[in-house]
Amino acid sequence: MDVVSFVFTLFAFFLLLGALGTVFSRNPVAAAMWLVLTFFSAGGVWLLLQAEFLALTLVLVYVGAVMVLFLFVVMMLDLNLAKLREGFWHNAPLALLVGGALAIELYLMLTSPAFHRAAAPAVAGSNTKMIGEVLYTVYAYPFEVAAMILVVAMIAAVTLTHRKRSDVRVVKPEEQIAVKASERLKVVSLPAEKE
Amino acid sequence: MTLTHYLLLAGALFVISVVGIFLNRKNLIVLLMCIELMLLAVNTNFIAFSHFLGDIHGQVFVFFILTVAAAEAGIGLAILVVLFRHRQSIHVDDLTELRG
Repeated sequence: MDVVSFVFTLFAFFLLLGALGTVFSRNPVAAAMWLVLTFFSAGGVWLLLQAEFLALTLVLVYVGAVMVLFLFVVMMLDLNLAKLREGFWHNAPLALLVGGALAIELYLMLTSPAFHRAAAPAVAGSNTKMIGEVLYTVYAYPFEVAAMILVVAMIAAVTLTHRKRSDVRVVKPEEQIAVKASERLKVVSLPAEKE
Repeated sequence: MTLTHYLLLAGALFVISVVGIFLNRKNLIVLLMCIELMLLAVNTNFIAFSHFLGDIHGQVFVFFILTVAAAEAGIGLAILVVLFRHRQSIHVDDLTELRG
């Protein structure tokens, strides 16, 4: 067994282990941690495929940002684990049927001789540079659209979760600026007291 | 390592996540995680083909899928938070208001 096969087997094992842990774990926090293992192992597999830029992006963006977001949300919600868990095996026969059929189909299709390709020759040069060269020329317009999608998603997430609280007194700058002297100062005429 | 190995690995990952969607039908958070796993399997396929066919465009496509998946996760979790604030629950069976 050469080094590449060994590394592939190692990462593939942890990838599938992490996926199984995500699906079957009792606690959503544990599921998120298993998902971190899955993404990390997938990053390793992608490195074997000489996609260094995407492997690092996966670890940075997914393990670093998306999974932290998942963990924040899971820990913030007060979940009734027993209620979420009940009826877990209710759909097991259907899951077995669909999953088994899908697995057999995929196996038959993917082991066909059309996919028996030997390893491609190692590409010389930087993977990041190669991606950048097409990303900023051929894909310049889709790149801008992707940026817009991220901005829209950010604004949507903020506006969705933002809430106005009625039980808190807050400073309203627009009212403070627009205030007139007559609203602040009230001249009351008091009749002088006579003795 | 041939292309078939990588494709089988991605296929196994996809099957596991499909089974996960069926089993975790009531838990919205794990459903979102299973969708992320499916996207990961698809991305692995893209990168494997990109490597073995010597074509960089597949990797650019994975870049865009990652962008959209991150946006999807962010909005999905925001909806989840709003939902929990209204319902004190993320149980799928409690979400029947739009039933016809």
